[in-house]
Amino acid sequence: MGKFFFAALFSILISTKLFAAGDAAKPIQVDWSFNGFFGKFDRAQLQRGFQVYKEVCASCHSMKYLSYRNLGEKGGPEFSDDEVKAIAASYEIKDGPNEQGEMFERAGLPKDKFKSPYPNNKAARSANGGAYPPDMSVLVKARSGGSNYIYSVLMGYDENPPPEMKIEEGVYYNKYMAGNKIRMSKPLNDGSVEYSDGTQATVSQMSKDVTAFLTWAAEPHLEKRKRIGFKTIIYLLIFSVLVFLSMKKIWSRVETKM
Amino acid sequence: MSETNYKPTSAFGKWFDERLPLLTLFNGHLMQYPTPKNLNYWWTFGGILTFCLVTQIITGIVLAMHYTAHADLAFSSVEHIMRDVNYGWLIRYIHANGASMFFLAVYIHIFRALFYGSYKSPREVIWILGILIYILMMAAAFMGYVLPWGQMSFWGATVITNLFSAIPLIGESVTQWLWGGYSVDNPTLTRFFSLHYLIPFLILGLVILHIWALHVPGNNNPVGIDLKKDGSDTVPFHPYIVIKDLFALVIFMIVFAGFVFYAPNVLGHSDNYIQADPLVTPAHIVPEWYLLPFYAILRSVPDKLGGVVLMFGAIFILLALPWLDTSKVRSAVFRPIYKQFFWLLVLDVLVLGYVGAMPAEGIYLLISRVATAYYFIHFIIVMPLLGYMEKTKPVPLSIADPIISSGSGNFAAAKKDKILS
Repeated sequence: MGKFFFAALFSILISTKLFAAGDAAKPIQVDWSFNGFFGKFDRAQLQRGFQVYKEVCASCHSMKYLSYRNLGEKGGPEFSDDEVKAIAASYEIKDGPNEQGEMFERAGLPKDKFKSPYPNNKAARSANGGAYPPDMSVLVKARSGGSNYIYSVLMGYDENPPPEMKIEEGVYYNKYMAGNKIRMSKPLNDGSVEYSDGTQATVSQMSKDVTAFLTWAAEPHLEKRKRIGFKTIIYLLIFSVLVFLSMKKIWSRVETKM
Repeated sequence: MSETNYKPTSAFGKWFDERLPLLTLFNGHLMQYPTPKNLNYWWTFGGILTFCLVTQIITGIVLAMHYTAHADLAFSSVEHIMRDVNYGWLIRYIHANGASMFFLAVYIHIFRALFYGSYKSPREVIWILGILIYILMMAAAFMGYVLPWGQMSFWGATVITNLFSAIPLIGESVTQWLWGGYSVDNPTLTRFFSLHYLIPFLILGLVILHIWALHVPGNNNPVGIDLKKDGSDTVPFHPYIVIKDLFALVIFMIVFAGFVFYAPNVLGHSDNYIQADPLVTPAHIVPEWYLLPFYAILRSVPDKLGGVVLMFGAIFILLALPWLDTSKVRSAVFRPIYKQFFWLLVLDVLVLGYVGAMPAEGIYLLISRVATAYYFIHFIIVMPLLGYMEKTKPVPLSIADPIISSGSGNFAAAKKDKILS
């Protein structure tokens, strides 16, 4: 009877809504290429996503834990060495001090961290009306709902909010945000970027691409993790069968039935 | 139970063993040690827990080589581990999920002891050592969660250390002493790192005492009766228990691997990937799942000091359990009423864990109060009374022997027998 009570009450608890905060809509469920046991990133999508980040997001959002070399590493966008060098070289990086003790500007190298749009948090805040644009390096892992949530927020803008909602100056309606309000204006519009591979740059397409890119950025070893994980679990399963058979053999010498 | 007639076979082994009988010790405790042959899989968690402790120590030592304990650098050093250290992501995910697996195993281990009465005479000291290990585990886990210096690290540390300010008169000073300043800051982080490194070795020491104390009376067993002296109820630890523990361990590792490789962040809070910011308070500050029941007890009381007292009381009351339980029958298999209450306690703790994750308001607050009340009623009222009132089922005379004894080792039954005769 105890077990029954336990099962019944537990199922009631699970079925009740977990979070009721801020009447945000449930994130859109996307069938990502990196989902599942064998999930992998789509290289072309990561490269497009990087383009969106570089041309749109990077004007406000830093990614300070990534280096340009990461863009060429296995399991990521896998730009060629020359492409990585060219991307890095397109940034002016402050270095030094040199022999004379002076700081100087030089072209970026693959070893450099992604250049941040603002020199510090306060500059970022003051340029954005007091709202600090979060660093995007681990953003996907820093939001419950992960990739689906990030994609949904990019898609959740609506110029015609429900009439009963009061939207202040510098705040935008977004149905996936807690409280349905966001301080970032709608970042993507159809054709915000021009893809070189001929993919149509719709808002949905760009949102998916940049979200995939951010997912890789937050978890650069995802592909390797899933690959090793699969091998590990297969190994353990086979090992468990062998141990089980050994156990049966060893215990067959003992009378255990009461 | 460790006396053996073991003699090392090699000349060096003999020479060494005469000077330091390590081989005899290992042979006695890890090979010949007589173990009840009716142990079920709930008894395999001791071995699993040893594995967890060793895994945490090894991965932790490697992480400490790459981690920087400084408020400005801790978060980025963790990202350095995740991105640039070879297999750093794997080591960190094993360590972070390993903590959860450690607690999963310890909760099963504790509830197994509760079900089969493993804390009762003559095993009180084993139980007390176990609870001390559990308390140290909670301290280590709490401090470990602070080290990445994310938002939950910072605010969790703030909430928990603030509890000490509830102590009358000296509370404020104690809290500042713990912080090393006027708020959770760099000195707090560095001392937590130091202690986080120390505590696992204290646990290791207590684990050795725990096993030593266990090997004096020997294992309890599902029937909960004393074993026959002639050894017919037991098997040697090696190979019988070793292979069985290994099988359970491999199954446990599959679950562990499932979390590490396919859901490495589900047991953590997403806010902890945001760097600590003393100026931004998260909407809901919640501890890790394994501390939620105690968090619920803490918040169920409107008074701060009262909440703190109840929370610590909920842990420390376990130390008195061997004397709160008055029943002479160990195993719940033969205690039909206690068995119901046992499952009610399991449910109660799960409910406490659930409401601990919810905001402390409305219906959740009410539920947490009822559940907190039952937690204490279970230990302070139900357990002492049941020993006198419950009519237990007949207990077998031995593990090997199917004959059931006519009498009962229970107070109530014994009294009744006396009256009838």
